[in-house]
Amino acid sequence: MAETALTNPEESAARATGWQGIADDWSSDQRAFKNVSWGKAMMWIFLLSDTFIFSCFLLSYMTARMSTTVPWPNPSEVFALTIGGHHIPLILIAIMTFVLISSSGTMAMAVNFGYRRDRTKTAVLMLVTAALGATFVGMQAFEWTKLIMEGVRPWENPWGAPQFGASFFMITGFHGTHVTFGVIFLVAIARKVWRGDFDVERRGFFTSRKGQYEIVEIMGLYWHFVDLVWVFIFAFFYLW
Amino acid sequence: MVDVPYDAIADAPPAEVPEVELYHPKSWWTQYVFSQDAKVIAIQYSLTATAIGLVALVLSWMMRLQLGFPGTFSFIDANQYLQFITMHGMIMVIYLLTALFLGGFGNYLIPLMVGARDMVFPYVNMLSYWVYLLAVVVLASTFFVPGGPTGAGWTLYPPQAILSGTPGQDWGIVLMLASLILFIIGFTMGGLNYVVTVLQARTRGMTLMRLPLTVWGIFTATVMALLAFPALFVASVMMLFDRLLGTSFFMPALIEMGQQMKYGGGSPILFQHLFWFFGHPEVYIVALPAFGIVSDLISTHARKNIFGYRMMVWAIVGIGALSFVVWAHHMYVSGMHPHFGFFFATTTLIIAIPTAIKVYNWVLTLWRGDIHLTVPMLFALGFIITFVNGGLTGLFLGNVVVDVPLSDTMFVVAHFHMVMGVAPIMVVLGAIYHWYPKVTGRMLDDWMGKFHFWVTFLGAYLIFFPMHYLGLQGVPRRYHDLGEAAFITPNVHTLNAFITVVALIVGFAQMVFLFNLVWSLFKGKASGGNPWRATTLEWQTPETPPGHGNWGKELPVVYRWAYDYSVPGAAQDFIPQNQPRATPALQGAAP
Repeated sequence: MAETALTNPEESAARATGWQGIADDWSSDQRAFKNVSWGKAMMWIFLLSDTFIFSCFLLSYMTARMSTTVPWPNPSEVFALTIGGHHIPLILIAIMTFVLISSSGTMAMAVNFGYRRDRTKTAVLMLVTAALGATFVGMQAFEWTKLIMEGVRPWENPWGAPQFGASFFMITGFHGTHVTFGVIFLVAIARKVWRGDFDVERRGFFTSRKGQYEIVEIMGLYWHFVDLVWVFIFAFFYLW
Repeated sequence: MVDVPYDAIADAPPAEVPEVELYHPKSWWTQYVFSQDAKVIAIQYSLTATAIGLVALVLSWMMRLQLGFPGTFSFIDANQYLQFITMHGMIMVIYLLTALFLGGFGNYLIPLMVGARDMVFPYVNMLSYWVYLLAVVVLASTFFVPGGPTGAGWTLYPPQAILSGTPGQDWGIVLMLASLILFIIGFTMGGLNYVVTVLQARTRGMTLMRLPLTVWGIFTATVMALLAFPALFVASVMMLFDRLLGTSFFMPALIEMGQQMKYGGGSPILFQHLFWFFGHPEVYIVALPAFGIVSDLISTHARKNIFGYRMMVWAIVGIGALSFVVWAHHMYVSGMHPHFGFFFATTTLIIAIPTAIKVYNWVLTLWRGDIHLTVPMLFALGFIITFVNGGLTGLFLGNVVVDVPLSDTMFVVAHFHMVMGVAPIMVVLGAIYHWYPKVTGRMLDDWMGKFHFWVTFLGAYLIFFPMHYLGLQGVPRRYHDLGEAAFITPNVHTLNAFITVVALIVGFAQMVFLFNLVWSLFKGKASGGNPWRATTLEWQTPETPPGHGNWGKELPVVYRWAYDYSVPGAAQDFIPQNQPRATPALQGAAP
């Protein structure tokens, strides 16, 4: 749809900058965020709401960790792998983090090529992003399997406070679900880009609306958010 | 001369956003059932919420029968009483009031009042309703599962909520939590739509400070809900894990029936924090739309501009922000550091300032107005009185030292029913009488409406006013049977019986209302497009009820605020928002 992304060039030239610009925008008619499409505004507000969900999860976990009277398992030990005879703490998490952050890079490049209307490069980069995301989820599955084999359960673990397993599976599971949904949508949108849906203004199957290249950027917002959340999980769960 | 505040924008600026093509239904199914039209979704939301709300009404009769005449009704035992309490509270607060105000009134009024053709993402909006319906079905199914619905109280406090002594421990609590999670998912899809529609899809000339206060109330409440429901979502997920997987997020070490349970190390207080971080904003999620709607009702039916429009807007926003930093006043008896009690008591009492501003402004709007005692106006007046009453007892309960002895007594029940039960319901009813003509094209019957109002208003007072006295006597809440305690004097029983009789009468009056809704649909007086001679955009639609796309060919253009009533020198005592300034001559309903 040729909806809200259009800029009104002569108007934007006349617009004030800084705080005055914000005040002008909010006291104007039609739109509070000028040049922000409906879809992008909706994604930002959704992410704000989702931030509160992850914050509640992390705060609950921190409360449990601080108030438990049983020792908390040492994450450096728990998440260590022995590779080639070397005992390396947090190595898998380090690789996972690297993979996920790299996927943010490819996503940003996909957004760039999307705005250049370069169908092939956009679609390929989105698929690379999806592949990196799937790799991340795969490594997470490996990590879960390893911990479960070692006896970690949501209700108990061999090393200390039972809330360790509970928080671990809940938080990483919830984040992994976000990544999985992201991968699914990345593939779906990459297919649309590849097929040229946004060039021929083909209508969506469910919504019967015309899509546009901006959806790549909106997808990118979600993807970067999921990566950012991982950084917090990494810091508060693994490094603490 | 009366100073009529015109906003600075001289005339409507050009359209920034090209028109979006609407989804056009192709069959009966996509027009009326899987509809993407916000107006149809609004009616679906409203009917579903009313249906489940009636269940909660019947549950309240059951509780009153037991309290008024203990031992008389053998089909109500202690477990069922707790189940009735839980389901009554949860349904009324979340599945009725939240859904009706935001899903019902929000869907119907936001696009019409801001001059949009529909919500920004109609497909997501449709999904929102169907997920909500699923949540309601899951909730209602708990009445039919083994063990029945949960009896944990609407606050679902652990550890008791998932222990075997609480009714509904098998299925009830699991389905309740699942239903809440579904509700939150469904609400989020709708809520994102409402917020983006208000922010990004207004018509030409419709600035934020020209929005009717109804939209301000619903908009702010939706933003709050999007930030508050996450806490309930997280709490529900964690409790579900405690119940199903045996985690110990909220469960301390416990001995049950002489057996050490497998739980240990969790924090029940953590649940209370999460729950009330949602729970307190929730009070204002149902109150702010009521504030907004009642402002419009009073202004329209008193033929006078709202007093202090800007202060009303800032008060709504301020209340919304403050309500996120008061939650622990629900937890004074849970034990907390005295400094925290001091902090939360202070923030709680500060909320009295913006709410008092609103009450004064409503009264000053009425002052020297041309008051028409129509049914919507009666309900609006009833709201002000009820809300002030409930707000004053809130000052009692917000103070730690006064709250501690009153906690868990009928005083609390009286307080929250007055302030967030009866008061918002008054507005809901008034709003239905006000907007029913726009939705159906027919007026609700006036005589039945007045009967409904007086029985409901006086009855609600007769029910809840004596409860304050019961609470001061020390009568506890949530007790199936008061038993023989020295402080329970004989007049407590007399009062309880009296309250029960009144409650049944008020319940009967609601049946008159429902009959009125159906009867007027076929036999009501034709209303025309703008029966209340109101200024806001929804009354200026070319068709009544508004057609698909709301506005015909051209979107309306807004030239003024929503409250130009009784403007000196104007031909009529109201000027619609889409009336250009240059042409003072008026022709009733505009293009």
